[in-house]
Amino acid sequence: MTVEKILELKNLQVSFETFGGEVQAVRGVDLTLHKGETLAIVGESGSGKSVTSKAIMGLIESPPGRIKNGEILFEGNNLLKYSKHQIQKVRGKDISMIFQDPMTALNPTMKIGSQIMEGLIKHQEISKHDARKRAIELLALVGIPNPDKRVDEFPHQFSGGMRQRVVIAIALACNPKILIADEPTTALDVTIQAQILDLMRDIQEKMGTSIILITHDLGVVANLAQRVAVMYGGKIIETGTLDEIFYKPKHPYTWGLLSSMPKLHAKTDKLLAIPGTPPDLRKPPKGCPFAPRCPYAMDVCIDHMPQYTASSGSQKTACWLLDERAPKVDPPSTIGVGGEA
Amino acid sequence: MIRYTFERLCYMVVTFFVIVTLTFLSMQLLPGTPYRNAAKMTKEQIAVLNETYGLNQPVPIQFVKYITNMFHGNLGYSFQYDGRSVTQILSEKFPISIELGIEAIIIGVVIGLLLGIIAGIKRNTIWDYTSMIIAVLGISIPSFIFAALLQYWFAVKYQIFPVAYWDGPINRILPAFSLSTIVIATVGRFMRTEMVEVLQSDYITTAEAKGLTTMQVIFKHSIRNALIPVITILGPLFVNIITGSLVIEKIFAIPGIGEQFVTSIYTNDYPMIMGTTIIYSSMFIFIVFIVDVLYGVIDPRIRLAGGK
Repeated sequence: MTVEKILELKNLQVSFETFGGEVQAVRGVDLTLHKGETLAIVGESGSGKSVTSKAIMGLIESPPGRIKNGEILFEGNNLLKYSKHQIQKVRGKDISMIFQDPMTALNPTMKIGSQIMEGLIKHQEISKHDARKRAIELLALVGIPNPDKRVDEFPHQFSGGMRQRVVIAIALACNPKILIADEPTTALDVTIQAQILDLMRDIQEKMGTSIILITHDLGVVANLAQRVAVMYGGKIIETGTLDEIFYKPKHPYTWGLLSSMPKLHAKTDKLLAIPGTPPDLRKPPKGCPFAPRCPYAMDVCIDHMPQYTASSGSQKTACWLLDERAPKVDPPSTIGVGGEA
Repeated sequence: MIRYTFERLCYMVVTFFVIVTLTFLSMQLLPGTPYRNAAKMTKEQIAVLNETYGLNQPVPIQFVKYITNMFHGNLGYSFQYDGRSVTQILSEKFPISIELGIEAIIIGVVIGLLLGIIAGIKRNTIWDYTSMIIAVLGISIPSFIFAALLQYWFAVKYQIFPVAYWDGPINRILPAFSLSTIVIATVGRFMRTEMVEVLQSDYITTAEAKGLTTMQVIFKHSIRNALIPVITILGPLFVNIITGSLVIEKIFAIPGIGEQFVTSIYTNDYPMIMGTTIIYSSMFIFIVFIVDVLYGVIDPRIRLAGGK
């Protein structure tokens, strides 16, 4: 299978000016998204995942935000060099986004039909009549019953799960090449979460969209993603295929993440957590950002950021433990996924 | 929507009756008599006058009589102007105050919204600060000071506009503008706050993510949502403007209702007080009603909550 790169981030750095000083939210992120794949970016709150996705959309508000460095190559063109007008033509057409909270992501005073049609009319230059027809099709596609009636309803007449479907319909309106889903299920009940994930998988099969899935929920990742990037402290500390990250993780932070997932057949009732808090990105650490919380940290970790070590064609890990001079450490037994460990 | 409107209509009628009753009763508590030379009159003379005006009857009967007359469009006869009916005086003076009020509101809303929208969009820039300084000035300086200043500059010094009177359209400009300062300030500040809030909401990000231009985002998604709370303050503001035009009317020698109202209170001109109160309050209630209905039109959530 030849894989075509559709999006590539090179050394992306994003900062925010705050009263407390410059917050370096994203500190040199390299990422590749292939055509038709789902890439999950996981990490805890404040690790820079949402900022990365907003940067791709050109939605970083400036000031206070600033893209300091790097390139965002979409089909080979650097989006950061685009004018405001040019980026508006990409947004919603080639790259679109699903937001976290469906309760607030829709304009309360506009019929959902009109909210779907807007993007269509803007990007595809079709008539209102055709746009409306397409909006009804889209509502049907995302599984909303009676779409021809509901197209004229307002957001408050929809439940949370239904609104998230509408948000997805808006994002899909122009058949985007890339769909960025920023925690698409966080605000939903578990049963609705499963439905929305099924819907996203369906859509990807039907339309071949590439998806960037941003989440801190490893269950969602396992459900949807083919490749995973683990972010911590504004950096990607490990990437690999789903299986590699879940079954052969190399980074202690990834171990921690997997250990802290509740397990069905665990012998203890205790929920494992990673002790400590994420680094203060106003004064980013010189070395590995995870070092202060890492049970295996060595002196070198504090002062020097490790380079990536490739352990397979697809897995890369930034950790000194993988250096040949480092002591051999086996992953803890608690990382097992689900009931299989 | 129909049921919602009907409900509002019922509230409106109830409120009106409460106001009329309370005004009528509290007027009975006013000290003194409506007769100019009461001190020099004999008891018999006063009794005769009371007889003529029906003031010797028990209060409930007076009230019922008044209400019946009111339904026939008769608000009684003024005590200060012999033989002129209250309706006649009101219909002469009231339209002038209303016109002035409407002009002031239109000027105020247009300028206020513009200032508020600009300040909201260009938050924390020189545009924002300038707009908000104008707004603070408008709130803190009483309108009669503006009136006097405008009069001095534009009518006395440069003689662009007439100093006073109510003759032609050009006479309207200065009083309407001075009256509108409070509207500009209130609407401007309100609109700014709402715009800032709306522009930070998630659905604006959604709209931007669709690839809409900044103008489309502002006009199609922001302004309408920001207007909802602003509309609620417009009604009371309008009534405020009309009842508060007293000083402005005096400065520009405008024959409106404001001055009339005050005179009728210190002369105990009961029918005039009642008439003016009825007009003011029915206007107030009517505007609140209109605002409620408008609110429902703009915000679908309200319309449906009451109308299913």
